[in-house]
Amino acid sequence: MKVRNAICYFARTMLAALREIFDEAAYTRFLNRTGMLSSGEAYAAFRREFEEGKARRPKCC
Amino acid sequence: MNKTLRILCWVLIGGLGAVAVGAIALHRGEPINALWLVAAATCCYALGYRFYSRFIATKILALDGLRATPAERMENGRDFLVTNKWVVFGHHFAAIAGPGPLVGPVLAAQCGYLPGTLWVLAGAVFAGCVQDFVILLFSVRRDGKSLTEMAKDEVGVIGGFVAYVAVIAILIILLGVAALIVVNALKASPWGTFTIAMTMPIALLMGVYLRRIRPGKVLEVSALGFVLVMVAIWGGQYVSQNAALAQVFTFSAPTLAILIMVYGFAASALPVWLLLAPRDYLSTFVKLGTIALLGIGIVALHPTLNMPALTRFVDGTGPVFAGKIFPFAFITIACGAISGFHALISSGTTPKLIARETETRMVGYGAMMAESAVAVMAIIAASVMQPGVYFAINSPAGIVGQAPVTAAATISSWGFPVTTAQMQALAHAVGEQTLYNRTGGAPAFAVGMAHIFSHTLGGETLMALWYHFAIMFEALFILTILDAGTRVARFMVQDALGHLYRPLGRTSWYPSILATSALIVAAWGYFLWQGVKDPLGGINSLWPLFGISNQLLATVALCVATTIIVKMHRAKYASVTLVPLAWLVAVTFTASWHKMFDPNPRVGFLAQARVLAAAPGPMTSATARVIFNNRLDAAVTGILVVMVTLVLVESARQWRGILSGAREARIKESPFVRTRLAEERG
Repeated sequence: MKVRNAICYFARTMLAALREIFDEAAYTRFLNRTGMLSSGEAYAAFRREFEEGKARRPKCC
Repeated sequence: MNKTLRILCWVLIGGLGAVAVGAIALHRGEPINALWLVAAATCCYALGYRFYSRFIATKILALDGLRATPAERMENGRDFLVTNKWVVFGHHFAAIAGPGPLVGPVLAAQCGYLPGTLWVLAGAVFAGCVQDFVILLFSVRRDGKSLTEMAKDEVGVIGGFVAYVAVIAILIILLGVAALIVVNALKASPWGTFTIAMTMPIALLMGVYLRRIRPGKVLEVSALGFVLVMVAIWGGQYVSQNAALAQVFTFSAPTLAILIMVYGFAASALPVWLLLAPRDYLSTFVKLGTIALLGIGIVALHPTLNMPALTRFVDGTGPVFAGKIFPFAFITIACGAISGFHALISSGTTPKLIARETETRMVGYGAMMAESAVAVMAIIAASVMQPGVYFAINSPAGIVGQAPVTAAATISSWGFPVTTAQMQALAHAVGEQTLYNRTGGAPAFAVGMAHIFSHTLGGETLMALWYHFAIMFEALFILTILDAGTRVARFMVQDALGHLYRPLGRTSWYPSILATSALIVAAWGYFLWQGVKDPLGGINSLWPLFGISNQLLATVALCVATTIIVKMHRAKYASVTLVPLAWLVAVTFTASWHKMFDPNPRVGFLAQARVLAAAPGPMTSATARVIFNNRLDAAVTGILVVMVTLVLVESARQWRGILSGAREARIKESPFVRTRLAEERG
C-alpha cells in the first residue's frame, strides 16, 4: 500500500511539473481567474497575456 | 533509520566517492568505464547536498520556514504563485538547462576527460550550486527582484549598471556562438537541414491544434509534434539520398548564417507565437526526454571511455581551442560548473514560485546539481569516441588541413591514430558526406550520443537516425534560445532607450520593435559572421569570449551575494562565496589577459592581428576584416574586465566599510511576515 501511494504521489508530482513546464497549469489558472471557458479565443487571450511576461524571461545557455 | 546506520551510510558514500574520484584521477594507460564517472558524480552530489548545502542553509542563510515568501504574500495567479517544490524544481531545471553543459564539456575533452570531470564536480558543488542557491534565496527575500536590481540596491549604482551591460553583452555573444554551432552542424548536411526545416510546419500545425482543436493541451500536442519530428528525421535520409532534393537542402555556412539572422529578426519583430510557442514547447519536450534517455543509455550501456585522462593538449597547443588548461578549461566549461546566466533565472521566475524559504535549497542547489550531471553525461559522450575521431570532427581545416588525407595524417602524427577509411565509414554510418572540420562541439556530441543510443536501442543500423536525432535536438534547442534571447535583449534595450525617448520604450510601437530587433540581430549576427569567416573555425575565438563573459557575470553575482552575506553579519562565513569569487576572478582575468595580450597568435587576439598585418604582400579585404575582428574581440574582452573590476572595487569598499564599522550594514530585504502555510499544513 505504501509503495502504491508513493508511486501515485511520484506520478502526480511528475505530471504537475510537466503541466507547469508546458504552461497547461498557467492556462487553467487563467481560465479560473477570468471565468472564461476553454476555447480558441480564450487560449489566444491567454497567449497574448502570457507572451508579454514570458518574452522577458531569459533562457539559459 | 537510526543515527549509527545513517552515519555508516554516509561514510560508505564518502568512501565510494573517494575511490571513484581516485580511480578517475589516478588511472592511466588503459581505458576506464564510464560508471566510474557516474559513481564519482553521484557521491559528490550526495555529499555536497547533504552536508555543504545544509551548512550554508543553517549557518549562513538561516532559512526560515515561517517566513512568508513573495509567492504567498503577493500571489496573483500569474507571476507570483505558491507552487509545489518538485514542480518548481522541474521548472527551474528546464530553464537553466541549455546547450552550454553539452557543448562546453565536449570542447574541453581535448585535454582528456579528467580536467573537465574534476572541474564540473568541484565547480558545481562549491561554486555553481552555491551561487544559484544564495541568489535564489536573496531574491526570494527581496520580493523576487532581479540580479541587476539587487546589484543596484546592495552594491551600488555601478553594480547595477555593470550587471545590466554584462547581461546584454553575454546575451549577444551567446547568441552569436549558439548560431555558429547550428551553422557548423547543418552546413552541407541536407538531412539535418531538412529535419530542422520541417520543425517549422510541424510547429505551425501544433499552433493550429492548440488554437482550434484542443486549446491549451500543450503536453498532448508536444507528444504529437515529437512523433512528427521523428518521422521527419526518418524521412531526412531519403532527402539526403535523392540528388535533386539533397541539393535543395544543402547550404554553405554563409548562406545558413544569413538564413539564421533573418529567422532571428522575424522571430523577434513579428507576432509569430503561432510558430514560436509550439516550437518552444517541442524543444523543451525533446530536451527533457533526451537528457533522461541519455542518462538511462549511459547507465545501461556503461561504455568504455577511449579518450585518455589527460592528453598532450593540456600544454595549450590543442586544435579545438588554444590555451593552457589553466585558465582555458575553466572558461570552456561554464554551465556545467558555474554559470552567471543561472543567476538571472534564479532571480527571475523561480523566486516568485517558491512556497517556503527552506525549499530554495532543493531548487537552487539541487537543480544546478542536475545540470552538472548533464555536463558529466556530455563528457562521457565525447570520451566514448576514439580520440582520433574526436579530433578529426572538432579540428578546424585551418589547423589540420582541408583534405581528408592531410587531416588524418596530421591528427595521427599527434599520437591519436585515425584513418580516412575510418572517418569515411563513420560519416556513412551517420548519413553524412563528411565529418571532418565540424567544429562547435555539437556534431561530436551527436556522434557520441548516437554511439551510446545505437548500442542500447536499435543497434548500428539506427546510428544515422540517432545522429540526426541528436543534431535536431541541439539545433532545435539553440534556435529556441536564439529567438527567446533576441526578444529578451530587445526588451532590455527598449527599456533603456525609453529613458532617452519615451516611445522607444513602448514594446508595442513597431518602429521601436523593428529598430531594436535589427540592432540586436546585427550585434550577434556580426559575431556569427565573424565565426563563419574565421579560417580557424570561429569557435576558437568566440567560445572563450562567451565563457569569459558568462563567468564575469557569475563574478558580479558572487559579489552581490558576498556583500549581502557581509551585511547579514555573517562575514566569518563569507568564504563560501568569496572563495569561488576569488577563483573566478583568477580564471577570468587570466583568460582575458591571455586572449588580449598573449604573444601566441592562436591565443591572443592582438597577436593574431599583428601577425596578419605583418604578412608580406598586399592585404586583402578578408584579411583586413579578420584583423579588425581580432581587435574588436580584444576590445570587448577589455571592456568586460574593466566593468567587472569596477563592481569588485565597489563591493570591496562596501565590505571594508561595514567590517570597519564606518558604513552601516543596511540590507534591503522585504520585512518579515509570518506564513499562513505553516498552520494550513500543520
